[in-house]
Amino acid sequence: MAIKDLARQELMHPGAGSCPGCVDLLSLRMTLKALGEKTVLVIPASCTASIECSYPKTPFQVPVLTMAFAASGAAASGVAAALKRLGDDDVNVVVWAGDGGTYDIGLQAMSGAMERGTNFIFICYNNEIYSNTGIQRSGATPFGAWTTTTWTGKSEQRKDMLGIVMAHRLPYIASASPSYIEDLYRKVQKAASIKGPKYLEFHTPCAPGWRFPMEQTVEMGRLAVECGAWPLLEAVNGKVEFNLRSKQILDGKYERKPIEEYLKAQGRFAHLFRPERDEKALAEIERWLDAEWEHYRQLASCGVAAA
Amino acid sequence: MTTMFDVGNKVAAKAVQLCRPEVIAAYPITPQTVIVEELARMVQAGELSAEYLCVESEHSVMAATCAAASMGVRTFTATSSQGLAFMHEMLHWASLSRLPIVMINVNRALGPGWSIWVDETDSMSQRDTGWIQIYCSTAQEIFDTVIQAFKLAEHRDVQLPVMINYSAFTISHTMMPADILSQEDVDAFLPAFEAYWRLDWRNPVTFGNVISDEYAMEKRYTMYRGMEAAKQLIPEIAREYEQTFGRYHGGLIEEYRLDDAEYVLLAMAAIGSEAKVAVDNLRDKGYKVGLGRMRVIRPFPDEELRRIGKGRTLIALDRNISVGSGGVVYHETRSAVLGVEGCKVYGYLAGIGGRDVTYEDIEGMALKVINGEADPDVVGWWDLKDTGGK
Repeated sequence: MAIKDLARQELMHPGAGSCPGCVDLLSLRMTLKALGEKTVLVIPASCTASIECSYPKTPFQVPVLTMAFAASGAAASGVAAALKRLGDDDVNVVVWAGDGGTYDIGLQAMSGAMERGTNFIFICYNNEIYSNTGIQRSGATPFGAWTTTTWTGKSEQRKDMLGIVMAHRLPYIASASPSYIEDLYRKVQKAASIKGPKYLEFHTPCAPGWRFPMEQTVEMGRLAVECGAWPLLEAVNGKVEFNLRSKQILDGKYERKPIEEYLKAQGRFAHLFRPERDEKALAEIERWLDAEWEHYRQLASCGVAAA
Repeated sequence: MTTMFDVGNKVAAKAVQLCRPEVIAAYPITPQTVIVEELARMVQAGELSAEYLCVESEHSVMAATCAAASMGVRTFTATSSQGLAFMHEMLHWASLSRLPIVMINVNRALGPGWSIWVDETDSMSQRDTGWIQIYCSTAQEIFDTVIQAFKLAEHRDVQLPVMINYSAFTISHTMMPADILSQEDVDAFLPAFEAYWRLDWRNPVTFGNVISDEYAMEKRYTMYRGMEAAKQLIPEIAREYEQTFGRYHGGLIEEYRLDDAEYVLLAMAAIGSEAKVAVDNLRDKGYKVGLGRMRVIRPFPDEELRRIGKGRTLIALDRNISVGSGGVVYHETRSAVLGVEGCKVYGYLAGIGGRDVTYEDIEGMALKVINGEADPDVVGWWDLKDTGGK
């Protein structure tokens, strides 16, 4: 698939109140193109909820149910149940939540909706922070990152959300990046073609939150994949396959770029290099990254047992 | 018409079934559980055509219910105590979304320590959430109120959720007879739900996005208007039901032996029905005592209380407490009757945490006031044990 093959229909109109260069918005626009107009979006508290524009204006051309922070999975179950009663169950029910609304406060309701077999797609756009409330750390924030609640750098690694979701034995799970837009688009369409609960996670670099120039959001997302800080993968009925650069890394056809290239490009990691190199923290990042890729290798070779 | 002889919860489930909810979301909590168990059985046995969602928490129950109602279908759920408290955020969500959800809350004490017994502090803590609150005293009243509640919630001028409350065990698990309407009768009284607003991909709207102060105050005002409309409609719908089916449990307040009463007990739910026995006994002894059984707390029946309170002494019995203030009915009544000629208000806290309140207790509280042994400015704790100076 090429860019020219993406749907022409715009379901996300201009005028949303996002920061310049926001790839949350780019991902959302592409997702809605892939899904089409027969879609209901559930959006919990998040950047997206606040860039929807103020009442009575909206950029969305699909119905949107704004939802309480913790509740989006449950709301999706309610929407799907009502659609069934209305005989409208070919409509896509899609949660669009940030990493806070997925990894942290939204985890229970998401897990419940998945266990209930709700026919929906849970999409986490992961900018690795609570960016809407001013860059606080979340369960998705990487080790070492400065945030407004980790002034000296986060001292824990991020949660393995893809692993948590895989433990729910879903028919389709994928990670993607708006820096690889055709791959993201394909994965949304694939998810929409499968009945039952699906999970997608998009890695969405946040220029103000990560402290880098706002014209570099797409490049930053690509660098994350090239350095191995974010994997592109999909799991169909538990069978895991890696995609594009991530697959090439696993196959030994592409060498992961040094992680320091990625870290040095972002102000949130500046304290790891200035005034002097924090060798202990940098070693921990390398150790974790190697362990992650060993884990990915195992996932790719044996997958996860399908239900 | 058939007669059912069963516990309050089972009678409640029967009424819900006849109202044809499309989506029911549920989470178990004692002593409400019997309702959602019975509804699950009905759905699985094919006796009720509905989507039944077993949700993983009460917060999620109300989220799923709000979401389904936002899609324009009739919804129902039930909860109690801790579950109601856990829903708190979503209770505001339901009313601010103007969703006509009907929920039963079986009044139960909040922990710690764990108590499953009756106490109305759970629902009283939610009285600012914008839900209409009705309190029932018998299985028959529960049955009739459920049917009326859907009609009320869905009324164009109201569009607010309704919480039907009744007492843990003394009503929820006590067998009582109740006359049951036929499906045809209920269908005629309660037409199919037509949503005032709904989410539909054919007409996409964004619901719940950022709202500035330019609109927010008016949004609250329209909710307030909905509550004011409910004040008129609760008695109207109750009278329409009476004209159709011959049963009436009162409007906002059920007035019992008030005609020449000099003293009026104010009580609700289980104590409200026990108080009728106390009134009869006191009347037999020559005391001019009546009962205002508080059926509705939101909207608060302030006009009725002003009318009832004129030249009379009111004695509010609260099985709830706002610690630091006192019984909710006592305080709200005092506020409502301020300046009403000849009206005095006394208050007792009784039966907190499920302690039994018998008609003898109620007579005792009334006699304390009648005999001039009570202070209207001090809330009395009835049947309080020695706490060792603490």
